[in-house]
Amino acid sequence: MKIFQKSCMGPGSKKYFLETVVSLVVLTSAASLASLTFGAVDIPIQEVISVLFGHGEELQRQIIFLARLPRLFGCLLAGTALATSGVIIQGVLSNPLAAPNIIGVNAGAGLAVALCSTFVPALGLAIPLAAFCGAMLGTLLVLLISERAGASRITLILAGVAMSSIFSAGIDAVLTFFPDALNGYSDFRIGGVKNLSMSRLAPAFWIILFTLLVALSLSNELDLLMLGGESAQSLGLPAKQMRLLLLAVAAALAGAAVSIVGLLGFVGLLVPHIMRRLVGEESFPLLLSSALGGAALLTICDLVSRLLFAPFELPLGIVLSLMGGPFFLWLLFRQKRRPHL
Amino acid sequence: MIQIKNLCVGYPGWPVLKHATLELTPGKVVAILGPNGSGKSTMLKAIAGILPKTSGDILLDAQPLERFSPREIAKKVAYLPQSRVVPNISARRMVLHGRFPYLAYPRHYGKRDWDMVETALSRVGAEDLAERALPTLSGGQRQKIYLAMALAQDTQTILMDEPTTYLDMNCQLEVMALVSHLAKEGKTMILVLHDLCMALQHADQIILLQDGKVMYCGTPEELYQNHSIEDVMKVRIGRISTTLGWRYFYL
Repeated sequence: MKIFQKSCMGPGSKKYFLETVVSLVVLTSAASLASLTFGAVDIPIQEVISVLFGHGEELQRQIIFLARLPRLFGCLLAGTALATSGVIIQGVLSNPLAAPNIIGVNAGAGLAVALCSTFVPALGLAIPLAAFCGAMLGTLLVLLISERAGASRITLILAGVAMSSIFSAGIDAVLTFFPDALNGYSDFRIGGVKNLSMSRLAPAFWIILFTLLVALSLSNELDLLMLGGESAQSLGLPAKQMRLLLLAVAAALAGAAVSIVGLLGFVGLLVPHIMRRLVGEESFPLLLSSALGGAALLTICDLVSRLLFAPFELPLGIVLSLMGGPFFLWLLFRQKRRPHL
Repeated sequence: MIQIKNLCVGYPGWPVLKHATLELTPGKVVAILGPNGSGKSTMLKAIAGILPKTSGDILLDAQPLERFSPREIAKKVAYLPQSRVVPNISARRMVLHGRFPYLAYPRHYGKRDWDMVETALSRVGAEDLAERALPTLSGGQRQKIYLAMALAQDTQTILMDEPTTYLDMNCQLEVMALVSHLAKEGKTMILVLHDLCMALQHADQIILLQDGKVMYCGTPEELYQNHSIEDVMKVRIGRISTTLGWRYFYL
């Protein structure tokens, strides 16, 4: 397959990267249109377009503006945020096994969201801010523990798994004592995009937009950190400070995503690995293509979750794992046969 | 010119390098030798500004190292660590990382940076490797690319931590020939080496460390004649005269 043979960046790689980006934009657009069109009630494409331009029937307007559009934006935002967060975390820690849900970032954000929803539910902006603080706290704790315990790649993952378990126990405890704190407990735990509204998405949107731009502007620094701390320092990069800054960016992205879709795992691990095989390991193309790939993946998974047993819905997290898991395993087996890819 | 005065480097309660005093002049290959744990890599990292000193001074062009920002140090000293992560990027992109200290607003690598990359690749004879992915290169080819990255960094001094480890003999000789060539062009090449014979053959100056202290510093001839390498490293070395100069071997 041509697409997997040109993972190395080289002459024409810019063209190849552009082809990949254009393909992902087309895929995301098609998935978005399908997401607005298909569901428990199918709305023809021309009607969808008509509604988007301010026309159409009232029922269709309500379905699209109150249900499908917030849901679509939720998928696009959370997919973008989780995938780029994964790229940053894997790069900063030089660890391809790291991902926001594995090193405790998602669970930290989830606990903060659960606490915030319980004690200050009325403050709209408080939830994404709490998610960011929880994600950052989770990241710093895992870093601190793994550094004290030896700072190897495996230690970091194990510390992340342990902290995730502790945070998850905290979430369960909060929701056991305050069962009404979170609207849709199972959706939050498994990850889902039900009951979203544009007003709930707005703070997360600004956080994701801002941090994504910061991440793209720091892509050269991320490239250097991927070489390892000593190499980065010898090239004039204050590695420690930059590592913390980029982890804060990753935490903000993951935290904002958790405030939208709950504890959705796997995107931050799966998408960067797929994109790495398509565009190589340079940070700028990897961040950009992962952002698009994450958005496309969640949109497609959400569509499948709505259509598979329509009018009943499967939670998004389940569909994501069922679709992404086998594909990821296939990639791993493929890598075994061709290790440099 | 690098001057090291009474330098101590280490960790609280664990000094690694103890009261080292040295002067490293441009245009020479300097080999740092010593048993494991004697402070060789620590010395390189301290000169590169990666490890902080506990006391003493490191002077770069007669200025204390701490007066320079990390970027300014990176414009004066390039450091190639012993082990590193090998990302799946092209060799050319890897060499381009050497231009990072010069990256200014609007944070895009310009024509001068790309020209420096091409020049560096050509100086190490690796133009044909430029488009290859780094993980597909052999150890020797990768070492050439790292050296090209250091050249793109455009520094007076290049520090290399065990550049010949894991390389076959042909590659080792190729790397050392490149190092000698760069020293002749005026660069200060400071290498940590484990192969004593190779150090004696290629270095202009040898620094011998033991337990964090500089035991001897001199020319290979001086160190061979006074048997200091044999005393510190506990191996016997012999030599024969050839048309190409002295050739050293273990006894």
